[in-house]
Amino acid sequence: MTQKHHQQQQEQSSNSKSGGGGGGGGGMRVIVPLQGVVQGRGGLVLGSVIPCALFYFLRLYLKRNRASPSSPSPSPSSSDLPRTHSRTLLSPRGSPALLSSRANSISKAPESPYYAGRKRALHDPYHPLSNPHGVLDLGLAENKLSLDLIEEWVVENGRDSIVGGGGGGGGELSIKGIATYQPFDGLLSFKVALAGFMSEVMGRSVSFSPSQMVLTAGASAAIEILSFCLADSGNAFLVPSPYYPGFDRDIKLRSGVEIIPVTCRSTDNFNLSISALDQAFNQAKKKGLKVRGVLISNPSNPVGSILSRDMLYSLLDFAQEKNIHIICDEIFAGSIHGDEEFVSMGEVLDSADFDRDRVHIVYGLSKDLSLPGFRVGVIYSFNENVLAVAKKMARFTSISVPTQHLLISMLSDTKFIQEYIKTNKVRLRKMYTDFVSALKKLGIRCTKSSGGFYCWADMSGLIRSYSEKGELELFDKLLNVAKINVTPGSACHCIEFGWFRCCFTTLTEKDIPVVIERIQKVIETYKS
Amino acid sequence: MKFLSRKATCNSHGQDSSYFLGWQEYEKNAYDEITNPSGIIQMGLAENQLSFDLLESWMANNPDAAGFKRNGQSIFRELALFQDYHGLPEFKNALVQFMSQIRGNKVTFDPSKLVLTAGATSASETLIFCLANPGEAFLLPTPYYPGFDRDLKWRTEVEIVPIHCSSSNNFIVTKSALEDAYQRAHKRNLKVKGVVITNPSNPLGTTSTREELDLLLDFVQDKNIHLISDEIYSGTVFNSSPNKFISVAQVLKDRNLADNSELSKRVHILYSLSKDLGLPGFRVGALYSNDDTVVSAATKMSSFGLISSQTQYLLSCMLSDQKFTSHYIVENQKRLKNRYDKIVSGLRNAGIGVLPSDAGLFCYVDMRHLLSSNTFEAEMELWKKILYQVKLNISPGAACHCTEPGWFRVCFANMSEDTLSLALQRIKDFVDSTKPGDESRGSSRSSRHSSRSVMSLTKKWVLRLSSNGHEPER
Repeated sequence: MTQKHHQQQQEQSSNSKSGGGGGGGGGMRVIVPLQGVVQGRGGLVLGSVIPCALFYFLRLYLKRNRASPSSPSPSPSSSDLPRTHSRTLLSPRGSPALLSSRANSISKAPESPYYAGRKRALHDPYHPLSNPHGVLDLGLAENKLSLDLIEEWVVENGRDSIVGGGGGGGGELSIKGIATYQPFDGLLSFKVALAGFMSEVMGRSVSFSPSQMVLTAGASAAIEILSFCLADSGNAFLVPSPYYPGFDRDIKLRSGVEIIPVTCRSTDNFNLSISALDQAFNQAKKKGLKVRGVLISNPSNPVGSILSRDMLYSLLDFAQEKNIHIICDEIFAGSIHGDEEFVSMGEVLDSADFDRDRVHIVYGLSKDLSLPGFRVGVIYSFNENVLAVAKKMARFTSISVPTQHLLISMLSDTKFIQEYIKTNKVRLRKMYTDFVSALKKLGIRCTKSSGGFYCWADMSGLIRSYSEKGELELFDKLLNVAKINVTPGSACHCIEFGWFRCCFTTLTEKDIPVVIERIQKVIETYKS
Repeated sequence: MKFLSRKATCNSHGQDSSYFLGWQEYEKNAYDEITNPSGIIQMGLAENQLSFDLLESWMANNPDAAGFKRNGQSIFRELALFQDYHGLPEFKNALVQFMSQIRGNKVTFDPSKLVLTAGATSASETLIFCLANPGEAFLLPTPYYPGFDRDLKWRTEVEIVPIHCSSSNNFIVTKSALEDAYQRAHKRNLKVKGVVITNPSNPLGTTSTREELDLLLDFVQDKNIHLISDEIYSGTVFNSSPNKFISVAQVLKDRNLADNSELSKRVHILYSLSKDLGLPGFRVGALYSNDDTVVSAATKMSSFGLISSQTQYLLSCMLSDQKFTSHYIVENQKRLKNRYDKIVSGLRNAGIGVLPSDAGLFCYVDMRHLLSSNTFEAEMELWKKILYQVKLNISPGAACHCTEPGWFRVCFANMSEDTLSLALQRIKDFVDSTKPGDESRGSSRSSRHSSRSVMSLTKKWVLRLSSNGHEPER
């Protein structure tokens, strides 16, 4: 009698300590009366063994059912099984200390050509005089066309704006204003300056409110934060393809949100259609994937097309109908070189009566202002709850305060900014036109593009076999023989083969003939 | 309602705790010597404002650093376009050198094993993302930095299981406390992936002893788990005795372990310039690991929080000026010691004791005798009194998950000396004003002693009540 009682007490006490196992407490409530029943008939042995066994199986059952969705692991053969509780019962002795599935899958994942090409270009960069046989990097969207204007401004005005700001007046050096803790989601004065810049860059057709902004160290962080806020691990975003290769990392890597590509075709000039969105949404539903939002880039990367006002309206309708979010990446909004008018999602919302809570805009200074090194990203949302959470998450990705101060001065210099935007557009347009027509002479056609730093070139005529393999072979030849780094369409998840993304803003006028000559050589080797 | 994610709607970011509440109140009624002399003095923010003049004079003498110039030539373009997640090489070299200097040059660090992040907050979170899957756990000695509840748990979905430390041995981590925590985790079916220590400690200000570090290393080796050592306060060691701060890197070295040994690969160090150099606004953090996979994964993840190239360059110039850094380290140490001595004697004057410590920007203050009862409710009551009546914002032990009520973290390096004197005066006045009730308190004190054993049993649910939010220990 006392033995049974003691055992019962032991189980009870162990259950109250392991409060974390949700099944434990529930199990006990079943066992005790059961034990009483069995006691009356089965005696000591059955009275203890049966409830113990039942209890054990109940806990096992509850544990298995409590397993949450698996952590993001692109390689299904990842050795580290997510959330398998049986592992906790095994003795850890002897097995190596494991890293997370994320860390393991990053190290196992083959390097995408996007990153491989970049590495090559970094190690052997082209220079007309010192390294004429180096790699010409047309893979990373850096705008070198108008950097001289920015540099000039910084040389003339920069110094005072960095350390004069804050404490000491009269140009006195005071570090207190920039060194101490500041709001993690960005200085208010910086938000004001950025809101003004965004408006300026979008032709002043829309105004942005600083109170709806959360600043992050780069636009990648902005996209990641939105992924964390709007979706749970295992949910999905619809993303029109081809898309910016970086989204795979920004969205999936740590938040575990999936990307469902929405196919766009060359027959439509790679323009997005609502029917394609709808189809992708339904397919996802069938697979049991919950779609939480659509991520569009406008102007798009890699194609460079601009969404029409009508399409923006249709997207809002679609999002409303499916009750999902829209993330609008407008990072190239100030780099329009074509004749089409750029319409920001912000402008559409201003004018029409749509549910704003589901719309979030991403921006940054890496493209329009050529300052990727300074790490400035913006989340612009109409949803107060999202802003509140994003603000807290900005803790993980704050912008360096001296940089904020420098940029506040620069962005507030309206005359300079207006001049810069105008000149930059002119230079972009010229370089785009020259580059595209040079490629055309080689028989390489580019899709019509109105904004951004890329041309989306059709080199399918040059690939040996119409397949990803054929495309990558050409990519390899271009990188290693012609020494030109371009991004293959497959890295952008393009469904058609042979398309390559070429950035023209890293080139000078003199570089174009060099590029053409080198591609020519590759074409000739293919013909022979 | 456009439904948001679970992470967005839960409150495991821990920012509803008293730690953050105090900040809010301070912001509403901040002390200013001239404009608001009766306002709340901020003593809850661990910021080092003592040595700004040294930084300012360096910058005034080296204008090229902030002017994007190297040897007189403009390198603006290079910096404007620099977004390589491997970090600016000259900055990493200078930073590892500085880290070595702080450790008396007893250890050296390899820049290729260092990953830069925008602040230590980002470094800690990134490291957890690399080491653990959702649902796994880390053991942390209590009391610990309240921010860890957000940094280590929120988006990573990892759990923290506290290692209970007690004032009876100055909160030193013991073998039994470690084992106990491990077992508790096991009972909750949590897979323990490692132990996280902060050395020097926040909020205690104490440095880990060699025995503690050896114990921890033996423990993680035995259990095959990781050891994360957050050494963010390593440059704030003001006790000039040479061996006071021992980095875990040093202990590893003294064991004659190769960098690629199994144990070395499981020890990771976190660092930042927010405390030592007093530059939290610059957002400079780093994680250091001997494990290539961790370094490679963390490097890629650092894309989400890179340090501005402008800042990297500026600091690379400053930190490679070894004459400056040696002088800075010594001078900063002196000033911190002065402050520490001042606050300790000021508190002693008010009959308040302090945990003996050697580092940090704060001290851990014993106000147990001022509690109306040995409970966290009483601690909260006292904290509120100190916040609203005495007008000082200090951090209550409950926010740091301390298991004993009555301890408070008080910062001393984020204000002028005069302000500190005023704060000490206010405390003295407050304590003096509560003295007349001594007799009644005396009797309640003795009854408190006998009820202490009863109190320890109710500790858990009281903890839950007072910490107002996420309580990992159920």
